[in-house]
Amino acid sequence: MTNLEKYDHLFLTSFKVKPEDLPGLKYQGIPLWDSLGHMDLMGDLEETFGISLGTVDVLDFSSYEKGKEILAKYGVEL
Amino acid sequence: MDYDRLLQGRPYALARAEKRALFTQGLSELTRLHRDCCPEYGRLLDALGTPEVLDAPEDAPMLPVGLFKELALRSIPEKQVFKTLTSSGTTGQRVSRIFLDADTAARQQQALCHIMSDFLGERRLPYLVLDSRKVLRDRTMFSARGAGILGFALLGSRTCYALDENMELDLDGVRAFLERHRGERIFLFGFTFMIWKHVIRALEEAGERLSIPDGILVHGGGWKKLAGEAVSPEEFKARVAAATGVEQVYNYYGMAEQTGCIYMECPCGHLHASVWSDVVVRRSGDFSLCEPGEEGVLQVLSLLPRSYPGHSLLTEDLGVLLGEDDCPCGRLGKYFRVTGRVPRAEVRGCSDTYEG
Repeated sequence: MTNLEKYDHLFLTSFKVKPEDLPGLKYQGIPLWDSLGHMDLMGDLEETFGISLGTVDVLDFSSYEKGKEILAKYGVEL
Repeated sequence: MDYDRLLQGRPYALARAEKRALFTQGLSELTRLHRDCCPEYGRLLDALGTPEVLDAPEDAPMLPVGLFKELALRSIPEKQVFKTLTSSGTTGQRVSRIFLDADTAARQQQALCHIMSDFLGERRLPYLVLDSRKVLRDRTMFSARGAGILGFALLGSRTCYALDENMELDLDGVRAFLERHRGERIFLFGFTFMIWKHVIRALEEAGERLSIPDGILVHGGGWKKLAGEAVSPEEFKARVAAATGVEQVYNYYGMAEQTGCIYMECPCGHLHASVWSDVVVRRSGDFSLCEPGEEGVLQVLSLLPRSYPGHSLLTEDLGVLLGEDDCPCGRLGKYFRVTGRVPRAEVRGCSDTYEG
């Protein structure tokens, strides 16, 4: 799997959404992506890409797109 | 109010004059907003004859914190309510209902993160919750206890819950977690009485010990239950250190009605007001201002609540102002101590209302 496929896969399995739902998907925009779902997603991202996200980035991770920008800061190219 | 700017600043960087100016202006704005948008609040202020503009932060009209149990106080249309937070209460006791919109909830979370980063650093640490995951079960009706656990979770990574569904210590699970993170700094969080009963006493009774030499424990939710068992803060710290090896133990003071902007205890043992909130100590007879060192009723001010009129509240807690801008720890702002509960006040707080 490419990094982008891995990234998408985490969203699809965590939030039970379809690939066409991903663009524009926002934190708190669907019931499953609430604060609890958010923490689980952060943990899964850290494990999948072997990174450790800082507090500020976890706060800023507000959408599917924003998440890509944040991962780029950690050297994860999608 | 420019929240973005406010939330970008450092949490303990404002000296008295600057902070008073910020709060006079901010609380005036919030008082006006809630007067316009929350009918019950508006009627109350009209009846009291409260002026439109405040001259000082202390002039902000204060609501008794118990009012949130009696009335559903909202400054937003019902459909904008994003989460309803409930305070802790014992069985049969009425609880406060706090209505949050998405913006207020997000700012509370940001404020909490900034305050805690000042103590924990910017890096997220392995997070050991000294509570049970079952507290988080109902995700729409949010208890203060669940909100605390989740609010602090942002500062942690790789969460482990130390207690199982029956509030029994999962010693094997905790040891496995500690083994995975050996050599790392560990962030522990929980509510005072649950930590005491289900972790510290449980370890002592089982004759077991944990070794978390680089742990930092943050706990809150009220001292009353422990005071009832004659456990002082000093003894609590000593017993935590003996049972777990954690030497850094910090209490915090906070409440569901002003979530996020908690008052953290510094290494000198003082509770600190951050730039987003403040405390005022008042005499119970006439609500005039206490001198530093004089015990009185605590009033809490916060710039964060926009979806409910909770920016100036008279609590049922007693406390003493210790000083302002001159704590040896270097943090600016007021620092104080909580000394107890107003006589005949109901018990509340996640720790004190626990009936396990």
